[in-house]
Amino acid sequence: MAYVETQTLSNSQFKQGLSSGLPIALGYAPAAITFGFLAETTGLTLMEATAMSMFVFAGAAQYMALNLIAIGTGALEIIFTTFIVNIRHFLMAASLEKKSEPDKPLKKAGYAFGLTDEVFAVTATRPNIVTTGFIFGVFLIAYGSWVANTIIGHWMGGFLPDLIQNSMMIALYALFIALLAPAMKENRKVILLAISAALLNGVFSLFMAEGWAIVLATIAAAVLLELRSIYDRKMKGEL
Amino acid sequence: MSIEILLLIAGMGIVTYLPRVIPFLWLGNKTLPRWLENVLQNVPYAALGALIFPGILWVHDNVLFGLLGGAVAFFFAYRGSHMIVVVFSAIFALLLLNLFVEPFF
Repeated sequence: MAYVETQTLSNSQFKQGLSSGLPIALGYAPAAITFGFLAETTGLTLMEATAMSMFVFAGAAQYMALNLIAIGTGALEIIFTTFIVNIRHFLMAASLEKKSEPDKPLKKAGYAFGLTDEVFAVTATRPNIVTTGFIFGVFLIAYGSWVANTIIGHWMGGFLPDLIQNSMMIALYALFIALLAPAMKENRKVILLAISAALLNGVFSLFMAEGWAIVLATIAAAVLLELRSIYDRKMKGEL
Repeated sequence: MSIEILLLIAGMGIVTYLPRVIPFLWLGNKTLPRWLENVLQNVPYAALGALIFPGILWVHDNVLFGLLGGAVAFFFAYRGSHMIVVVFSAIFALLLLNLFVEPFF
């Protein structure tokens, strides 16, 4: 009986994950269609473009790879650039690990594959412990959209009119704002964290690669705000 | 599929997956010092800030488009609208800007 109950619970968590991931699926559509289209113009076959979306699943890095392929860059350099662009996910994974429900390493290794910026943002901003089912739900709907729309983009070329495609560029930023704004209302620390990381990133991205700038800005803001909390606790004599 | 592209995809896949999976396997049962736990708790909202800005400025040649779209999203999000509503409102705002303001630039 208990077994059946946990099964139903995790099943509904999975469904909740699917529905919370829907905005990501929507936001990925134009990005993946564009990727498929650009891959086609870069000379990748449908199989190659689809395989890249299936096995890499990293938007920014995939775009960058196309650019580098187009200008004739070697594979090792492309792989190294991919690593630099995606190193920020190390930090996100460490953060989500502390928030996620304890589970078998194999399951965690499974959903870890899907930890894009957007999947992290939707799962890590949940109020309590995040369940495995929920993370899988968010991951799979986002992944499905990414792969399916890569195929559509490659097939149909510039299938979406430019007007729509240009307007949909805002979608993923709107998603991040949708996750941030409600939390800002409840907690002043969230405001300080987001604004300081945004400003630091603005400065860092002037003189370093985007991937590093995001990592450093995030760490710096997270550490600064923790130092501030430690200082506050000291002043109150708690330490 | 050419062998070079296949190797490239494999390599890209591995270097993308490793940073995503290592913390899950490595931190599994470890208790971290309290300050580090707190820092990791701070990460999601700091990351959101860094992911939004300055990237949002580059959604269009004119930085105002991104800022206005972001402001519309913020307005609906702050009022507590559903995420899908927030996303669609921002897309719609950009659609209007592209249709009616773009021709004047």
